[in-house]
Amino acid sequence: MKESEALQRSGSEYNFGSYQRLEAIYNWMDTLVAEHPKLVTKVLIGSSYENRPMYVLKFSTGGTNRPAIWIDTGIHAREWVSPATGIWTANKIAVDYGKDASLTSLLNTMDIYMLLLANPDGYSYTHDNDRMWRKTRSRSPGSNCRGADPNRNWDSGFGGPGTSRNPCSDLYHGPSANSEVEVSNVVNLIKAHGNFKSFISVHAYSQLLMYPHGYSCKDIPDMAELDTVGQAAVKKLASLYGTRYEVGSICKIIYPASGGSIDWAYDTGIKYSFAFELRDTGLSGFLLPANQIIPTASETWLALKHIMEYVRDNPYYTQH
Amino acid sequence: MSPALMRVLRVVVLLSAVRGAPLATVTLPPVILEPVPLEPVAPVPVPSEPVRVDSGADQNISIPINTEKQQQQQQQQQVSLDVDVMLTGELNPNHYPARRAAQVVLHHLNTRYGSPYWWGALRQVHKATAEALGDSGRKYSLEVTLQDQISGTKETCTAEVVFPGGPAGGPPQVTTSYEGKSEINTQAQEEALYNQYNTSQNLLSGHNLPDSYGHVAPGMEPFWHLGGVASSFVMLKESSENTLYNMAQVVSVTQLATENNQLRFNYDVLLHEMVSQEIIHWKLLASWSPQEGVKASQMELLPKCHHCEPPQEH
Repeated sequence: MKESEALQRSGSEYNFGSYQRLEAIYNWMDTLVAEHPKLVTKVLIGSSYENRPMYVLKFSTGGTNRPAIWIDTGIHAREWVSPATGIWTANKIAVDYGKDASLTSLLNTMDIYMLLLANPDGYSYTHDNDRMWRKTRSRSPGSNCRGADPNRNWDSGFGGPGTSRNPCSDLYHGPSANSEVEVSNVVNLIKAHGNFKSFISVHAYSQLLMYPHGYSCKDIPDMAELDTVGQAAVKKLASLYGTRYEVGSICKIIYPASGGSIDWAYDTGIKYSFAFELRDTGLSGFLLPANQIIPTASETWLALKHIMEYVRDNPYYTQH
Repeated sequence: MSPALMRVLRVVVLLSAVRGAPLATVTLPPVILEPVPLEPVAPVPVPSEPVRVDSGADQNISIPINTEKQQQQQQQQQVSLDVDVMLTGELNPNHYPARRAAQVVLHHLNTRYGSPYWWGALRQVHKATAEALGDSGRKYSLEVTLQDQISGTKETCTAEVVFPGGPAGGPPQVTTSYEGKSEINTQAQEEALYNQYNTSQNLLSGHNLPDSYGHVAPGMEPFWHLGGVASSFVMLKESSENTLYNMAQVVSVTQLATENNQLRFNYDVLLHEMVSQEIIHWKLLASWSPQEGVKASQMELLPKCHHCEPPQEH
């Protein structure tokens, strides 16, 4: 048996340094809630195309509809280090609350929402069928090909550059914006909540920290501020192991890409919207060795913390 | 920007479209993506003085309008308003046009210098400029730092990448100032590996390097590296300004009998093309010896199977 394919250990013995199947991750989420009942609740936000439940972990110390931070991982199925990082991070938040002064002050005034498996059908498919699957698993009428790219399906420049209308393409945007239930579940939650101040989406690979837009290469009004926050965040990330990240808008740094989640979030008024592309830069790519999960999560945590602290310290109002 | 200037710009853009010049830049593989519809009324800030196009500060096209020659140059320059611009002049080294060209340099270096113990990767782009060539080709001049992914050693070099223009396209042409690995201690490892596998019995075979969990079976790392280096032959010839290739996985490697003193391996590899996000399946024959380096032949693209659901071997 491969060392990296560790047996799932139940409860608080979850092996954060390994890639787990969906069922094991869902079991662990229940354990986290059971171990930190005053801080963490599990919120069902809807189901996936194949009827898997989609759960968000809500970190809250009370209040009513406090300003909130959104973090999602695993929207692209093959990017395994993303949900692996999310799981470690969720645990880190739960464990460090009450011990880390900065995190504690943040959670005393803001909530954190974490969607660890934003594409559970795709994630499951990468374990049982095709490790390189990216999209959802929805059926397209008139095509044998399945799935849409969930990060081209948002209502932000939908159908624009960097997408495809071919259902067989890995960049297929879907028949219409929010056609993918995995996307509409999130959109509905964010809209109904109405008080998110930051939206962070975690992907892999390339070692980038990006801000909007992807659908246009024109600078957004808040570009200077987001760039400053991003540069400071990756500096903190690099302080742990020297891992180098580039910072910039999606369109300029990686490629034009329309219908993306952080573009939508920003355009709805959530100013501090960022996307991470985690390790590595192509040596292992999607197949990042499991022994890099914890180092990746640990260094990324420093960047995440920086962003979240900045959000905490820079409240703003949005006209809707 | 004055209304007169706007009109000039609109006319320039429309004229080029009317003449059938490829104005709407398809900056992404055409088989996958749709061309961007032209918006001739999109406002493009035009300064009153000629300004060199610079991708660093401002993605809007700065168009010099003072001379007819400059206007002509602007018409020839492919324009996709507000989305992507085939930039010339000094490029931001962290933005994707420079990085794509730099990645091509690394594929070229791997075909020249790669081995089971030397596998180069792009570490950083320091400087990049681009210029249009007369035959609609484009040339990038770069200063990059590359890193051997095995030992970690880094080196900086300059390079030129020419992407040929025209409908036929063709592989990019690369020249560099790189003179070969400065450390020679891979020689002993290479010769040991060569001698170990220079046999007609117990031919090596393996699959899924790395496996789903990122693990490479013990002793198989050199053949993972060799697969990556051999894949660079494919990735080099397939590269354009609209692609960024990495090898995603060696699906299988099967050794064949040694011929002409070259170890030979049939490789089945998955390449990840970042711009289209496609996983592309290639077969190739890799031959290697410490003296001759790595060569790839019989490169064959395998079709993407949409109905297949092959069980993943772990």
